[in-house]
Amino acid sequence: MTILLFGVTKDIIGSPSLSIPSTHINGRKLPKNVGELRQFLGKAYPELNKLSSLAIAVNNSYADDKTEVNSYDEIALIPPVSGG
Amino acid sequence: MIPSLSKYQRQINLESFGLDSQLKLVDSQVLIIGLGGLGVPVAQYLNAMGVGALGLMDNDTIALHNLHRQVLYTEAEVGQSKVQVAAAKLRKQNPQTSITVLPAYFTKDNALETIKDYDVIVDASDNFATRYLINDACVILNKPFVYGALHDFEGQVSVFNHNDGPTYRCLFPKMPQAEEIPNCDENGVLGVIPGIIGSLQALEVVKVLTGVGEVLSGKLLIYNGLSQENRLIQFNADPKNKRMQQLANSYGYAPCSMDLNLDATAFLALDHPKQVIDVRSTEEFEENHWEGAVNIPLPSLDEALDQIDFKTPIYLVCQSGKRSAQAAQQLVQTHPDAKIYSIGGGMNQISMLCH
Repeated sequence: MTILLFGVTKDIIGSPSLSIPSTHINGRKLPKNVGELRQFLGKAYPELNKLSSLAIAVNNSYADDKTEVNSYDEIALIPPVSGG
Repeated sequence: MIPSLSKYQRQINLESFGLDSQLKLVDSQVLIIGLGGLGVPVAQYLNAMGVGALGLMDNDTIALHNLHRQVLYTEAEVGQSKVQVAAAKLRKQNPQTSITVLPAYFTKDNALETIKDYDVIVDASDNFATRYLINDACVILNKPFVYGALHDFEGQVSVFNHNDGPTYRCLFPKMPQAEEIPNCDENGVLGVIPGIIGSLQALEVVKVLTGVGEVLSGKLLIYNGLSQENRLIQFNADPKNKRMQQLANSYGYAPCSMDLNLDATAFLALDHPKQVIDVRSTEEFEENHWEGAVNIPLPSLDEALDQIDFKTPIYLVCQSGKRSAQAAQQLVQTHPDAKIYSIGGGMNQISMLCH
């Protein structure tokens, strides 16, 4: 699963994208939907939990927490940005 | 052809644009909120292309560190009002445009009154408080608004509240809190990036006004200047965000450029400041305080507004200047015209200077 990072999420995670291997590591359960993905990423990068609004897109469409995610999906983390 | 329209010949010649679209532009009124990095290209292009009336709203002055991206302004104009300088130049660029100068910040108190006569609003601001306020005011009065925002080499563009389309809150329901996400270009910005994003906003304004092309509604464009990659994210309207009837009680913090900070040295030079408010805890206040200061701890500030005289300058102080800065931001939301100052460095700085 490829996760593209935008705005401040790129700074928090420290790279423009993230890859979650399809086989589980450390016995950790892999996220099946967007809600689980939020928790999964929040554990690895606690700074993400502080964001009041963080849109997640699955294959370029805005997704709610119930949207299923699969290993071949392209995910994007999109926080609001403010500069002008 | 009507002689005054001959200057638009080259865009009228575009088959899918034509005289009809040009006449629609000439008949339109657009409000640009923020005359900084985004607002400058928006204003220049809309003015050149023949939008009939432009409202320019900002209360900021030109600073030297603005010039690398706000390319309408020059070094000789540092310190002058952005909207006044911009209006003078835009009038020369296109004398036919009716330009209204609004030298004020967009606040809860003036929001609805300001936008009501415009066809399209451009969000060219640089802070979340203003962006959420623009969204809410536009939803209440049913106005489309063209959004543009930046983070480093990245930009976002979308058209919100266009017909039945989604709003800013459909994408980002809750306003980020202070410190959560860099606000007000704290992160730095490469000069040309707002030029690109602002130009895309100008293009969307033209599409909304003329109906030419496909408006970027229900889609967020994310532009990456480093890779030259564009990405379109589709999203839907959440009906509850379209039903908003009134503005929120508070939009958190004030416009970035509003200077609420007063140097401790300048404070000490004042002749008996009448209203000094210490926003530290009662315990801290009892330990030491400025003679004549009134103690209103920051957490109870909102309930103690009746103890404050907003017609007299307000000097806010705390230990280091952090809490008083927050208090100043809080007060300016409800009283944007009051003279509110946060004493930089707080009691620490005052005691150091007094010894």
